[in-house]
Amino acid sequence: MGEVIVVTSGKGGVGKTTTTANIGAGLASMGKKVVLVDADIGLRNLDVVLGLENRIVYDIVDVTSGNCRLRQALIKDKRLEGLHLLPAAQTKDKTAVSPDQMRELCTELKKDFDYIIIDCPAGIEQGFRNAVAGADKAIVVTTPEVSAVRDADRIIGLLEAAELRDPKLIINRIRPKMVRQGDMMSIDDIIDILAVDLIGIIPEDDMIVITTNRGEPVVLDLGSRSGLAYRNINRRILGEDVPLMSIEEDGFFRRLRKIIGLS
Amino acid sequence: MLEFITKLFSRNSGSKNIAKERLRLVLVHDRTSISPQLLETLKNEMIQVISKYMEIDESALEVNLDSSGNTVALVANIPIKGMKRAAVSSK
Repeated sequence: MGEVIVVTSGKGGVGKTTTTANIGAGLASMGKKVVLVDADIGLRNLDVVLGLENRIVYDIVDVTSGNCRLRQALIKDKRLEGLHLLPAAQTKDKTAVSPDQMRELCTELKKDFDYIIIDCPAGIEQGFRNAVAGADKAIVVTTPEVSAVRDADRIIGLLEAAELRDPKLIINRIRPKMVRQGDMMSIDDIIDILAVDLIGIIPEDDMIVITTNRGEPVVLDLGSRSGLAYRNINRRILGEDVPLMSIEEDGFFRRLRKIIGLS
Repeated sequence: MLEFITKLFSRNSGSKNIAKERLRLVLVHDRTSISPQLLETLKNEMIQVISKYMEIDESALEVNLDSSGNTVALVANIPIKGMKRAAVSSK
């Protein structure tokens, strides 16, 4: 019996889709059977982030409305054994699927997969209600900005109202230099405000842009810090106790600062 | 190194504290679904009630929501100018 995890944030553009792709690809690379569900109907993107955009035949609405069987709509990743995508419909809107249909879909997917990761659309309307309907657990993504943290707080409240307690937080796009200068809220600041458990932090990293351009999840890139950050998150999802990575890059000035005792 | 020098000369650093403070305040309102307008109405009604018994400094009156940890408190600071003895005894 699989587990359904919804990745949500409230605010758009904080990295929900990137996070969904990297959790999915990461768990699959660790030998799990994973399906990623794009619940952002009308604004489909998980397919391009994963580099699977050319292989879509059927989508989630085709499944829920009975146009095709579930098996037919699932796209199998060529690089990673065990990774599958159920793409969103691009020409419909959020009302094309109901919470009941999502619940039914999740129950069906749980039979065949270890993890079902749902990419939730931005906002708190029907798209959000659909995405959380069948979920067992929730991951909230935020960035260290007032708008994103405020929306994360709202989402945490709404998740609780939907009986999804103890969501786990990912703080994305941390810029160590700005945190050090006191110009960006730190991990502790954000945890303090939101009062939820942290499951990981992702430093701002150019490799995210580069790997997304190529349609290859950064989690598979062994040299990057954001890749390591996602691998750590995936190990925590599997129940491992992994210490939080240092957000500092070990550059020349960093070492110099350490030597002269500035940080 | 450059960071250190800019830190020495700039007075703008530490904007995260402003962010935190603003967030804290806005979240108190978000979480309790009490809008600033509602608080203003509450404040005006409190003035009406309290004015029946004492003379208060309306311009200096402050009513705010405050949060520490998981508890929220309504904090009112009401400076009194004087008691209305005559009003009480005439009744």
